[in-house]
Amino acid sequence: MEYHHITTGHLDVLKEIGNIGAGHAATSLSFLLDKKIDMKVPAVDMVSFDEMTELAGGAETIVVGIFLRIQGEVTGNMFFLLPLEQATRYVQIMLKDPSHTFQEPPYEDIALSAIQELGNIVSGAYLSSLSDFTGLSIQSSVPAVSVDMAGAMVGYGLLEISKVGDHALVIDTALNEEGTQGVKGNFYLILDPESFSIVFNSLGVDE
Amino acid sequence: MMGTDSVVKVGIADMKLVRDEGSIRTTGLGSCVGLVLYDGRLRLAGMAHVMLPDSSFTKEATINPGKYADLAIPGLVALLNRHGADTSRLVCKMAGGAQMFQAASGSDIMRIGPRNVEAVKEQLHKLNISIIAEDLGGNKGRTIEFFPETGMMHVRTVYAGTKEM
Repeated sequence: MEYHHITTGHLDVLKEIGNIGAGHAATSLSFLLDKKIDMKVPAVDMVSFDEMTELAGGAETIVVGIFLRIQGEVTGNMFFLLPLEQATRYVQIMLKDPSHTFQEPPYEDIALSAIQELGNIVSGAYLSSLSDFTGLSIQSSVPAVSVDMAGAMVGYGLLEISKVGDHALVIDTALNEEGTQGVKGNFYLILDPESFSIVFNSLGVDE
Repeated sequence: MMGTDSVVKVGIADMKLVRDEGSIRTTGLGSCVGLVLYDGRLRLAGMAHVMLPDSSFTKEATINPGKYADLAIPGLVALLNRHGADTSRLVCKMAGGAQMFQAASGSDIMRIGPRNVEAVKEQLHKLNISIIAEDLGGNKGRTIEFFPETGMMHVRTVYAGTKEM
């Protein structure tokens, strides 16, 4: 399905997907950390590749990125990007040890595995709710973790979409730990172009 | 298209030229390859930020040549030629093509960096353009800036500072 066939009705459906997915992700993160996690209203944006980089915080901003490939009846790429201080805080809570940090390398293996596991749990919650909602089979690859420039990571999420054009339709949802300011984690879901019609059909939405 | 002073920014899948006192820059190269073709006599340089190795499987109606290695290099050479560059004088400096994520699964995507490097080198070889400096592969993101006045490229990686080449 080509982007110019996407209507505002379709965008509302995609927003609802972000809503349900990130809602479940927030709940799972809340259980994992025993903290209250809020979810922002999702945004669905058509962005150029450079705008996608800006959305992720800027090309050279250092973040903790968890990337996974979505497989099954629906395919696409998902990112969970966390500012360094937020990833540090989550790992300290998970491991009950305030000495772990992502502020500078070298990163300990245990901190990297913990953040990978966090990515696994929250993205799993996001995708299983998406699977329940659509009735489609959706799995994910094992999440891969990197701590580096945001711009250097988002390229991976754009690979499939870049084969058909110069824009990406991205479902962006932000999670915030209640009572904290300015720190957040963002989910970016970029479906492969051919997956849009599969999702819309499964929900009985006309193309 | 052409910058003479300040910094010319090259976006993802983009290509541009710069000459003399200016510089040209692209940020956040991961699996992408940033390459500069340079005519030292004219102090004229072109930079491309290549994202994919090969345009032959594209489903695009209008193709953006800066995105694909097989189109970006001939495209950049043509652009430089139009501004007086001689192909036989061009040399290349390049950086990028990293593998940001180490994972067994989704391997096709994960290997895109090395494939981009290979495709860029193949195109340069075809046009008989030699690579005089490179900083490729690894698992770090890079930002590059090139200065046509000196012919130097600055490569910045996170926590490792900037190196000149």
